[in-house]
Amino acid sequence: MDYSEKVIDHFMNPRNVGEIEDASGVGTVGNASCGDIMRVFLKIENDIIIDAKFKTFGCGAAVATSSIATELVKGKTVTEALTITNKAVTEALDGLPAPKRHCSVLAEEALHSALWDYAQKNGLTIEGLEPPKEE
Amino acid sequence: MLYLDNAATTPLHPKALEAMMPYFTEFFANPSSVYAPAQKVRAAVGEARQSIADAIGAERDEIFFTSGGTEADNWAIKGVLDSRGGHIITSSVEHHGVLYVFEHLKKQGFEVTYLPVDTEGLVDPASLEEAIRPDTRLISVIFANNEVGSIQPIKELGAIANQHGIPFHTDAVQAVGHLPIDVKALGIDMLALSAHKFYGPKGIGALYVKRGTKLAPVLHGGAQENNRRAGTENVTGIIGMAAALRASLDEMPGEFTRVSALRDRLINEILEKIPHTKLNGATGEKRLPGNVNISFSFIEGELFLSHLSMNDCCVSTGSACSSNAHEPSHVLMAMGLDSVLANCAIRFSLGRVNTEADITNLMSILQPTAEKLLKQSVLYDMHLKNKR
Repeated sequence: MDYSEKVIDHFMNPRNVGEIEDASGVGTVGNASCGDIMRVFLKIENDIIIDAKFKTFGCGAAVATSSIATELVKGKTVTEALTITNKAVTEALDGLPAPKRHCSVLAEEALHSALWDYAQKNGLTIEGLEPPKEE
Repeated sequence: MLYLDNAATTPLHPKALEAMMPYFTEFFANPSSVYAPAQKVRAAVGEARQSIADAIGAERDEIFFTSGGTEADNWAIKGVLDSRGGHIITSSVEHHGVLYVFEHLKKQGFEVTYLPVDTEGLVDPASLEEAIRPDTRLISVIFANNEVGSIQPIKELGAIANQHGIPFHTDAVQAVGHLPIDVKALGIDMLALSAHKFYGPKGIGALYVKRGTKLAPVLHGGAQENNRRAGTENVTGIIGMAAALRASLDEMPGEFTRVSALRDRLINEILEKIPHTKLNGATGEKRLPGNVNISFSFIEGELFLSHLSMNDCCVSTGSACSSNAHEPSHVLMAMGLDSVLANCAIRFSLGRVNTEADITNLMSILQPTAEKLLKQSVLYDMHLKNKR
């Protein structure tokens, strides 16, 4: 698999691996039988994402997209976080091999799922946020 | 570099390279030509054919050169069938070089039975006996599996096929040069082999076809290979394959024992020192001497592979041919693994260049890598929480 240097850096040295005990929102997407499962934890204060962590089961691209997505989302407002699309994730990694594009989609879904969880817990409606797909 | 992927391919044996060199330069003539220099090349090709025949207990006129294992498998299977159609039998743990030929034939209207395997990846001969029908035209079972190294009861399967008068083919790509093989004693009608799996060059292989087997050509053209496989001979490949096979046979008594011991040491160390690991396949005599296949639970195989690769360690998940596809190995699934555990499998394949030091070095990379990756795994978290 020909990965960009950025992808390799992010799966060899993933940023933000771990859990947030008192997370404001947690999202788990994918399923292990398809090969990838991602869990994203967000800590949100005053509408700002002050911390993000992840744990993933999946290939190098799955780890790299989780890692970069948690990097991108930190410091953003909840509304700004919605601009982190699969395309943005892919671009931030200098591209992904075609068979691995689904990993960037999964990373976007994991972020959205964590945001949805946050909104549900706090009785909020986030403009433009769709409920997570049922697995 | 730590090379532990000898089931994917092997480095050329120095004796094979040495034997090949003059045929790139001085003896370049087309063996089909009539002049004297061609005669010399023709004689060398004949000697190589004899030498390969001797290595598997066949006759010289039963060996046909092909471009490799895949062509040999395709030819054996397609060449023996005809427009009558009918029923064909294979196992559920074939290499894609056979499996996809059967799938192709199924689309053409043939009825296919895939024999199941047990948890060690072995076919039960009784299941072959049960599967045979009056219109069964061919039985093809892999000699030794490329992913998990399980060695099939070929003699028993051959005997059943022979009893019913059904052509019996075996893909012996992983076995030839590593295990003693006598096609007559094993009741084999057709056998595919590939040089680069036993320290020969890539792009050359052979099909053994027992005298009297009705096999139509697949490649039409010139009169090469006794009118059965057209195309100018890959002379350097043929010479290199014969030299490599001779060398492998010479070294086999010592190498079989030495490599089997390396294999068992690696298996034992992984299972003892790395938690949540499981050996896939058979043990001892029923396993290829160089094959180790382990599922590292909770760690996705391709991620593990990428980390090992960044540490200059060459191994693979399942088969090299399917490692770009994101689907669990059909071999491990047939052995009853769930798809998650199948996706966590890594194959280490040892060969003549590997040493005790390689195992020590590999373990020094495997252990910390597994430990690190386990901590990143959401599946491992889920497992811990379920246990609580």
